[in-house]
Amino acid sequence: MATYLLRRLLALVPVMLVVVTIVFFLIHLIPGDPVAVILGPEANAQQIEDARRELGLDRPLHEQLVRFYTRLLRGDLGRSYFLDRPVTQALWERTEPTLVLMAGGLFVAVLIGVPSGIVAGAYQGSWWDRGLMTLALLGVCVPGFWLSLNFIYLFSVRLGWLPVAGYASVFQDPVAALRHMLLPAVSLGFNQSALIARIARSCMIEVLRQDYIRTARAKGLAERSVIYLHAFRNALVPVVTVIGITMAILIGGAVVTEIVFNIPGLGRLIISAILRRDYPVVQGVVLVTAAAYMLINLVVDVVYAFIDPRIRYV
Amino acid sequence: MAVADRAVVLAEAPAAAGERTKWARRLLRNRNVVIGGSVFLLLVLVALFANALSPYNPTRLYPGQRLKPPGLQNLLGTDEFGRDIASLVLHGSRVSLLVGCVTMVLTSLGGVVIGLIAGYYRRLDIVIMRVMDGLMAFPAILLAIALMAARGPGVWNVILSLSVVYLPRTAMLIRSTALSVRELDYVLAAQALGRSGFGIAFRHILPNCIGPLLVQGTFIFAYAVLAEAILGFLGVGVPPYVPSWGNVIASGKNVIREAFWVSLFPGLALTLSGLSLNLLGDGLRDVLDPRLRVQ
Repeated sequence: MATYLLRRLLALVPVMLVVVTIVFFLIHLIPGDPVAVILGPEANAQQIEDARRELGLDRPLHEQLVRFYTRLLRGDLGRSYFLDRPVTQALWERTEPTLVLMAGGLFVAVLIGVPSGIVAGAYQGSWWDRGLMTLALLGVCVPGFWLSLNFIYLFSVRLGWLPVAGYASVFQDPVAALRHMLLPAVSLGFNQSALIARIARSCMIEVLRQDYIRTARAKGLAERSVIYLHAFRNALVPVVTVIGITMAILIGGAVVTEIVFNIPGLGRLIISAILRRDYPVVQGVVLVTAAAYMLINLVVDVVYAFIDPRIRYV
Repeated sequence: MAVADRAVVLAEAPAAAGERTKWARRLLRNRNVVIGGSVFLLLVLVALFANALSPYNPTRLYPGQRLKPPGLQNLLGTDEFGRDIASLVLHGSRVSLLVGCVTMVLTSLGGVVIGLIAGYYRRLDIVIMRVMDGLMAFPAILLAIALMAARGPGVWNVILSLSVVYLPRTAMLIRSTALSVRELDYVLAAQALGRSGFGIAFRHILPNCIGPLLVQGTFIFAYAVLAEAILGFLGVGVPPYVPSWGNVIASGKNVIREAFWVSLFPGLALTLSGLSLNLLGDGLRDVLDPRLRVQ
């Protein structure tokens, strides 16, 4: 297991190098003079020259890249022009809402997805199966941000049950936090629950075809015991991977959901940074989310290898 | 052409036609292909004839008609600037389908070239695949947002960004197919006959990738349509004055209390396009690549 973990960690190094290089080149993709674009039309030649020197854009490209790498190794993501503070600090301040939203979304996705998939798979071809899978197909196709707007209209505007938007810290006021987070978490989790349900159903059908299930039935076990004691646990093994993948996908989904519900997380930070042309913040958010994405995928692979030892030898 | 060669070609022609009819019949027997394909075709026709079908000019503002609910004059109501929602939805389909179609074509072309080179030339494989891994390491929508932040709003920038985001998926698919096909006897025979690597990759390996490529292309079309709408909604996609489903939903967000219909109808159109493309993709996969069939 230690060798497997080491191998996976080493495999991350070249990928991370590519990721950092792509993020570095983002600023060079700006059409024309990046500094003039960042500072806007009112900047004079001296200001542009100063900013260029400050950003290191007056150096040769390879030197800029090496400087970018070394700064990152020191944990320095640059300084936000607009917020006037280090990017790392700005990111740190906005992480909590995004993490809480992702956790809520994941909880909803698993809560709806796993039981739906297991029931649909256990009763393949039944009305339950058809109904749940039609819902799952819709769940895959309905755009999450649009669903959020409809939820806001129905539950907040029409019924007045929940707040329209905003955020309350779970550490300061848990009840308000729950009320604020319910709609965003359901909107975010609904799409992913459809994916989990489809995979869980597939796994359940696969497991129910195995010999040991036939043996369990042959020895006279009740169908309920066969499904929930024997098949369910084994069907869950690949679902664990899907849940991990879901978590990674939720990072992207959370960005959009935060805009709809006005949640002050990383998503709102990057969009406001784009509108203010605050490129160090854009680079910082993209880099941190990519790192989180890779880390989650690594954890999922390791957990899967731990649950199913056959994976380690592939 | 020698007489014998011509005879082979003449004998192969009816066989190829028969094969095509067989595939067409199999496709038409698949319910998902028929339903998804029909709805998608309808959307394409709507996009093509949007000018003729639209009751109003979608970019013209009618301040006196702002936020009218659905009715006889404006079938789907009006937005905060008095623009007709039905006309906006009809014209919005053009941007969505253009972005989806061109992204699909670009990712397919790029994916085929990169995937075949990586799959056939083992020395280049390591470098190419690390770059692809790097691109796949970003959450898709975040990379698209970052690229749009650098390039600025615009339809072609959206297409370019989404093509970069989705290219690795197609490249990896083609690579994996190429890797399995390159070890087959007929490819080894072609190598023994002295054919060039380039010729083998494109003439002998590529035809085996067409099925998976079609399936993947359909899903990428669906992702691109949705991603375009998300970028528009976030205000970093096509410029706000261009009628697109994402832009109309974004403007509906500001008036959700007074006029739910502004965001409702473009969202329904978006859902319908996603549904049709997903059904079509599922159906094509079942027919063309049964190994991947979801039970």
